[in-house]
Amino acid sequence: MCSLSLFPPPLPAGHVTLYESNNELVSATSLDNYQRQDWDPPSLLILKETLKPHNRLENSSKAAFIHHQETLWMRSANAWHDAGLSGLLDEIANSADEGKFPRCMKVGACCSLAILRWVSSFHGSLFPHLTLSSEDMVAEFSQAADWAGCSVRALAWHPHTDKFAVALLDDSVRVHNAKSSTAPTLKHRLQRNVSALAWKPLCASALALACQNCVLVWHVDPSSLSTRPSSGCAQVLSQPGHSPVTSLAWSPSGAILLSASPVDTAMMVWDVAGESCVPLQRVGGGGVTFLSWAPDGSRVLAATPSALFRVWETSMWTCERWPTLTGRCQTGCWSPDGSRLLFSVQGESVIYALSFANTPGELLGQAGDSKSSVIVADLSETTFETSSGETSVGGEIQTLVWDPRGERLAVLLKGNPEKSDSRSIIAVFKTRTSPIFELLPCGFVQGEEGADPHLIHFHPHFEKGALLTVCWCNGRISHIPFYFVSAGVPRPSLGYSPPVPYPSRGSEVSERLLYSELGS
Amino acid sequence: MLSLGHDHWFIRKVVFWRAAASIAWSVLLLPASTAIFVLLSRISVLHPIEWITGSLNILCGSYVIFSIVLQCLVVLIIGFFILEFYTAVPSIPCTRIALIGKVLHPQQFIHSLVHAVMGMLVSWCAAVMIGGRFQFLTTPCIAEESAVASSMCLNEYHLFFLLAGAFMGYSYSLLYVVGNMNYVSFPSIQQYKYLRFKGTLPLVIKHSAVQALYSVRNYCITYFFLGYIPRAWICTTMNLQKDRALHSLDTLTGLLDFSLLYHLWISGTFLLVTWYMTWLLFRIYTSEVYCFPVQSSFSEDAHQCLPKVLSSKQPLILKYLALQDFALLSQNSPSRRQEVFSLSQPGGHPHNWSALSGECLTILNDLTQKLIAYQEAVSSNGRIKPQSLGSDKRPSSSGSSATSLIEEPMSWQTPRVSMGPKTPGSVFLRSSVASPFTPDLGSPFGSPAMKRLTGTLDPSSPWHGSVQSPHVMRRGPKLWTSSLGAETPLNGSPQSGPAPVPSPVAGAQKPSLVSLWIQNRQEQVKNVLAKRVLIMYLFNKLPEASSQALFAESQAHIWALEGLSHLVAASYTEDRFGVVQTTLPDILGTMLTLQEAVDKHFKLPHASSKPARTLSSLVDTSYKTLRFALRASLKTAIYRITTTFGEHLNAVQVSVEHRKRLQQFLEYKE
Repeated sequence: MCSLSLFPPPLPAGHVTLYESNNELVSATSLDNYQRQDWDPPSLLILKETLKPHNRLENSSKAAFIHHQETLWMRSANAWHDAGLSGLLDEIANSADEGKFPRCMKVGACCSLAILRWVSSFHGSLFPHLTLSSEDMVAEFSQAADWAGCSVRALAWHPHTDKFAVALLDDSVRVHNAKSSTAPTLKHRLQRNVSALAWKPLCASALALACQNCVLVWHVDPSSLSTRPSSGCAQVLSQPGHSPVTSLAWSPSGAILLSASPVDTAMMVWDVAGESCVPLQRVGGGGVTFLSWAPDGSRVLAATPSALFRVWETSMWTCERWPTLTGRCQTGCWSPDGSRLLFSVQGESVIYALSFANTPGELLGQAGDSKSSVIVADLSETTFETSSGETSVGGEIQTLVWDPRGERLAVLLKGNPEKSDSRSIIAVFKTRTSPIFELLPCGFVQGEEGADPHLIHFHPHFEKGALLTVCWCNGRISHIPFYFVSAGVPRPSLGYSPPVPYPSRGSEVSERLLYSELGS
Repeated sequence: MLSLGHDHWFIRKVVFWRAAASIAWSVLLLPASTAIFVLLSRISVLHPIEWITGSLNILCGSYVIFSIVLQCLVVLIIGFFILEFYTAVPSIPCTRIALIGKVLHPQQFIHSLVHAVMGMLVSWCAAVMIGGRFQFLTTPCIAEESAVASSMCLNEYHLFFLLAGAFMGYSYSLLYVVGNMNYVSFPSIQQYKYLRFKGTLPLVIKHSAVQALYSVRNYCITYFFLGYIPRAWICTTMNLQKDRALHSLDTLTGLLDFSLLYHLWISGTFLLVTWYMTWLLFRIYTSEVYCFPVQSSFSEDAHQCLPKVLSSKQPLILKYLALQDFALLSQNSPSRRQEVFSLSQPGGHPHNWSALSGECLTILNDLTQKLIAYQEAVSSNGRIKPQSLGSDKRPSSSGSSATSLIEEPMSWQTPRVSMGPKTPGSVFLRSSVASPFTPDLGSPFGSPAMKRLTGTLDPSSPWHGSVQSPHVMRRGPKLWTSSLGAETPLNGSPQSGPAPVPSPVAGAQKPSLVSLWIQNRQEQVKNVLAKRVLIMYLFNKLPEASSQALFAESQAHIWALEGLSHLVAASYTEDRFGVVQTTLPDILGTMLTLQEAVDKHFKLPHASSKPARTLSSLVDTSYKTLRFALRASLKTAIYRITTTFGEHLNAVQVSVEHRKRLQQFLEYKE
């Protein structure tokens, strides 16, 4: 098993990781020492002060604007329209004091409200996350380490071109292109609390946004010079009871979009062009928080807020339940050929692996055949001796990302908030998926002093190796290239899988041996 | 339709069995829904034990058993009608008068009549099962005033129930035709039948309950005004008396009876749930994937193989299922893809691939033709072109294939005259739009398809003129493509160049003086009629509907695009003999031409660029958004090919214009 003690010690404070070359991570004291390469994505600094977050509390503006002189029936109708049954009951219970409603109605409304509250609190005790407000829920289940406090909330690279979209604290989304200086800003009335972004594969323009009440799909014309596309370019996909949306996943063939909400036990399969959806409902779990589609399109990971996650198989949409012991599945990522899933569980600091027989779904396929998951890395807290004293590194895993060639695995580790010397850090592993799965330490990636990593993503098609994009909590977005020569595993093009040798059962045993050899 | 293609092997062996299985399941589900209905109909919150034991007693009674048997019969008949009326291509009326015609069609009349009778039967069963005051049509009179004390009186509640059933059956039938519920849509993701049914069941119940509520409201209003007619009629024919002690039901006090309305609503929901469930099961069974073999080792099974089946025109459901299977095999079945790429054993010809790709290209070319014809009709604003231009044009366009490119914009754009506000003269003509507009004069079509079109699409051709129905329009281009489709399987590659145009036949039709005179008269009559507002209203084309009708078959096109693009992408690594490479220029050419035509279509002034918001309900409206789905999947298909092949596409022979377009795709700028 690979553990943090095998890693080279983290850099002393003030040093910044710049790039990897010749199997070593190179660092310097400031970002400016970075030797420019022939291709360079824009490095950005988005300060929190420059953004104006809307102070829109959910019902705060209502009392300020609506003058309460409407007739009772109008108000009731409005309450029914705005907030449904509970809103109507609230309205009746409140306005009965004015003596317009008969007293029995007030009593009835109060009783029904009490019953509703009791039922919902009972339901909430089964699934504690349901008691959170929708904003807290997004912050809780987002892949970003500090969703609520940092200026960048989500980031997504376009799967084919050198552009990426960032969602900012003020609910706007900017699309940055490496080749042009225009950065269109997307704003929409319904675009609130964006928690995830996803570009449609095999398409130049479509960008899906997971918003508080809906999924927005923007069509940003790549040849347009406009900096503020009109909101007519956005499609609104909404379904009652499916909000807030916290995760999105396009199928690698670009045909369908999945969306997940922690309050809805069904995940939605959207036919975006037709704006229609099919709910995939399974009881248990209390919702769906995180989705990740295998790059070969054959399987989907769906995490739930309780100690359970599912792996869906996409040819007949059946699923496998994977109960975990300690907590919910926080994050997960797939190997490029879709045969291996790495995931982490909240409350533990280890990476688990699940492997699947690579039968790219003949019809009537099954989700998988492995019986249990294997621990492949232990990232629990480890103390390093550095020149500036002892630092401890490690802890819970926030995000796992795997580069598209399957050679580098970046892990965002949350620091232990109770310890002052512990900080959140990115640990990078070298990985190999064939002939057998191997995990080797590469090093830690660090930023400027005082800046915690917040979001990490790999560039989907960096030619010279892998390119890790990191959003730091101080608003900086930097790109750290890993230069290496690929071992010659053909990268699967989207939409089909290359012939991959069938992993034999025997290799599982030897793999475990390998971990133990590495770990000792 | 009733006799169509029943002797086809596929209908006999697959569709019938699927229909039978779905009907059998709906029959099996009847006792369960009946039990729930009985429980709900005698609900009493205050005496729960009494309620449950009473209901259980009733359930074992002879009335309920008899009702279930009767309802099995009803479900069988409903299932039979669903089977007879289903279609894979929705028929979309383009004008209001066509919609009225559809509703008043004799076939539809039979449908409504039978459904009304079935509704009456079901509500009789419901009335009998509820029991109490609803049970019998006649009751002994309570009122003492009549001289004959023992005479029977009419039980108006029972009559009210029976008529409500007929009303609901009729409105079900009406909504069935207006909402195109006979259209079997195919799901975007594959799921097991049980899971699909389970997932849709809550929607069925909700939809039925809401629908029943509306029906009850409408029925009560109808009965309030017209209820005395059937009552009087029944009274006189059966020699019954009206009970004067009770409120009659066409008064407000009679109607405001909560228990009556509740029972009416419950039985309406029950009726709709059983029928919708039958309908849902039928759709689920019919749209299930059927796996056709790609090739067979026995020659007697050859007609059941995918290449043969795909090229068959009838029955339509067979073609759709074949295309669905084709799209799925290309996506996730490497072994079956290998069969497609394989060579025939003696001879070494790629028969499978050329038949499959040829058929797909034919389908796609058909659509391109249709789109161009539509655009042309719209851009000339429905006006008939001067005859001379069309007939002069013909020899040049059919004779030479390459040179006509330059002159062809003239031929179809010159007749356009700037239209004043009194364009309604065109309302009777094919695909005119409601508002006058100037067509965009941008780039002329540089496609070979356009050249052919100017040849074939002359105003004297039989399908030009006052054609209202989309069916005729759809048939039009097939006149031309049938020649292409016939020769492609033999050649191995469909020609990208223009097919020979039947020019001598078309050229022979010289307009005579008489026909010109008649045409003028027609114009005048139309002009006079067009001034009447009502006629305008009825005959005006609905632009949204004609756009929908144009793309009504697009599910087939989407599958063809998906299948082709996935196969081409897979051929990059899996095609050992290079069979795909020979057709790659044709595939790219067809897709890019179609892309151009689709882009043009969405630039037409009336075309909406986004689907209208629809609330998700049981009634499938996916046919309304097919054109958006087609646009998206066309783009995705081209991107799939360009992403896979990348720079290698520069070695493929395509025209200059298509090369430019391809470059755009390669740079991700579309």
